[in-house]
Amino acid sequence: MTLTKKKRFVIRSVILALLALAVAYTLYANLKGDRDLVREGDPAPDFVLKDLNGNSYRLSDYRGKGVFLNFWGTYCKPCKKEMPYIDRAYRKYKDRGVEVIAVNVGETDMTIQNFVDKYGLSFPVVVDREGEVQDAYDIFSLPATFLIDADGKIVKYYEGELTEDLVEQFMERVKP
Amino acid sequence: MNQVKCECGHVNPPGTILCESCGKILVESEEKKKVLDMRYEGTARRSQTYNRTLVDKIWNFFSSVKVAVTIIVVTLIASAIGTFLPQKSTLPLSVSVKEYYESEYGFAGRLFYALGFHNLYGSWWYMLLIALIGVSLVICSLDRVVPLYKALKKQRVTRHAGFLKRQRLFSSGGDIKELDAHYELLMERLRKRHYKVLEENGNLMAEKGRFSRWGPYVNHLGLIIFLIGVMLRFVPGMYVDESLTIKEGETKAIPGTNKQYYLKNHAFIVETYDPEKDKAFEKTLKERGPIVKNYQTNVTLYKAESPAVAGEQPKLEKVKDYQIRVNQPLKFDHYSVYQSGFLLNEISAMTFALADKKTGKEFGTFRVDLERPQKKYDLQEGYSVEILSYFPDFVMGEDGEPTSKSQKPNNPAFVFKMVTPDKPDGEISFVAIQQNLEPDGNNQYQIKFKSVETVNYSGLTVRKDHTLWILAVGGLIFMIGVIQGSYWNHRRIWIQRVNSEVWISAHTNKNWFSLQKEIARILEGIRLPVPQDQLKDGNKRNLEGVLDGTVEQ
Repeated sequence: MTLTKKKRFVIRSVILALLALAVAYTLYANLKGDRDLVREGDPAPDFVLKDLNGNSYRLSDYRGKGVFLNFWGTYCKPCKKEMPYIDRAYRKYKDRGVEVIAVNVGETDMTIQNFVDKYGLSFPVVVDREGEVQDAYDIFSLPATFLIDADGKIVKYYEGELTEDLVEQFMERVKP
Repeated sequence: MNQVKCECGHVNPPGTILCESCGKILVESEEKKKVLDMRYEGTARRSQTYNRTLVDKIWNFFSSVKVAVTIIVVTLIASAIGTFLPQKSTLPLSVSVKEYYESEYGFAGRLFYALGFHNLYGSWWYMLLIALIGVSLVICSLDRVVPLYKALKKQRVTRHAGFLKRQRLFSSGGDIKELDAHYELLMERLRKRHYKVLEENGNLMAEKGRFSRWGPYVNHLGLIIFLIGVMLRFVPGMYVDESLTIKEGETKAIPGTNKQYYLKNHAFIVETYDPEKDKAFEKTLKERGPIVKNYQTNVTLYKAESPAVAGEQPKLEKVKDYQIRVNQPLKFDHYSVYQSGFLLNEISAMTFALADKKTGKEFGTFRVDLERPQKKYDLQEGYSVEILSYFPDFVMGEDGEPTSKSQKPNNPAFVFKMVTPDKPDGEISFVAIQQNLEPDGNNQYQIKFKSVETVNYSGLTVRKDHTLWILAVGGLIFMIGVIQGSYWNHRRIWIQRVNSEVWISAHTNKNWFSLQKEIARILEGIRLPVPQDQLKDGNKRNLEGVLDGTVEQ
């Protein structure tokens, strides 16, 4: 009697455990797949993009430095507003180990060049012509800013217009 | 609770209603019933008897059909509510999901969004409901099939009188001599009708179609396999369903392949039926207008020679050329790329001419590639045009400044500077589709629109599905279960000597009347009473008589 009871307990436990495992895995895989999004705490997806002069920039080359990664377009109004703030902060922080990469969402070289000249931007502006980097970072609306620390980890994601204070705060945060 | 020892000597598990071996009623309340509840053969469904540990409690919860039905109904209601408003995946990409529901549907939309119905079929709680149905299915089945199997395996030929007279089909009062006289004939007739006949002390038990009882469980097994297949879709590498919009002339990474494969679109083609060639359709084509015969994308498939990160263009190695048509996908490495959509005649380049406004004399033309416009176009000697600004998707901004809505050349507009020998400092002209503005209105020259070039986009669907065969196997087993349970009946007939008369009882899981007719045919020419349906009103009197033992047929 006690033997059968024990057997029953073991069998039921094993079956329930297997079922629970299957359910848990499905939920986990589903939620992960559903939000393949990069989130704070995740390693930043690596990418290689070219600027208007054909120089390549690879994110993983920036290990050891903080990276202020900004996605923008010339047609996006808040982008126009925040660009000068970013440029000012960049001039201040580039000697302290913070780099800016501004990823244009794939406009024409001329449009981008006009914009860069107009605002006198001093940081690298690269172009994501195929949209692959936007996909990798799940960019939904502009502007979008990622802060990446010296270990290549995303520490902050911010969607929307930045204020001058916020830009400085962010750079301070990823300063190695 | 303790095990129950029946007077026939068989030891039954606790909670047993009818002795597994002889069928004697072991629970007092059952004795008052006219006809026994034969579901699961009166075995102890374990869940109802053991209830001690947490594991037992969880087991019992899921083994209940009431719980199963509740979960199914809740899932059903949730699924229905999910169809009230559009799902998130069907919304245009450019809108904010939250705002969309609020502005389109007001409070209802807000509620819909807040409760997570906007992404119902991928939400964790919906998945959980489906998973719980699966769990309930497994446990309900196990909890019933094991005892049922054991009981049917252990059954004895000679049954307790109380069991026999409480079968739905029952007769008593048969003449023993008549049975003795036709004993062999009876067995032969039963066997002829595919019954398996067992004897014990001159009593008979005939049984057929027991395997029909496993139908529902086979059916559930199929469902479980099906659910496992669905679950496997979430395992990376098992299932891909992506879409790819690709312009003619463009080479793009195929989504879902981790940049391993690239596709080049050479051309997108739409063909319609030609009334000249396809004479048979001439009349219809005249009435209905052109009808499409073929949608096709001519592509080249490439494989990346080395892995590449986002934005990086790896070295490509050509795999093959192919013409993708509807239902004729490009197949490679378990992937299929289907033709699924298109965009025709999107503007890709515009050609303009520089002309004198008054005389109309032209000083050369230039072509502007809308993806890669040049800064400056040199025309004939001394004449040139510069692009000062380019707005691919032109709108007039709130501040009165021209601006672009997006980077797609949906509505291109330009600010040109025209440099001519007469006006070496240049004149400014703003040109949009069917618009030509001048800042001061007294330009000598103008930009004239000449022609436009267009390009087609092909919409492709990328599929990979390693779970399909599992779903097919699950579906097949499901059908086998349904057929097994539907087209076979489990029939048992007991012919037994009780109190020096012959009692005949019979049981089936369905089609009682048909079983009764079958027995009547078996007894043809033998003077033994045919069992009557004790649940029929007409047999009430008969039944009462049987119960107190006074009626003889």
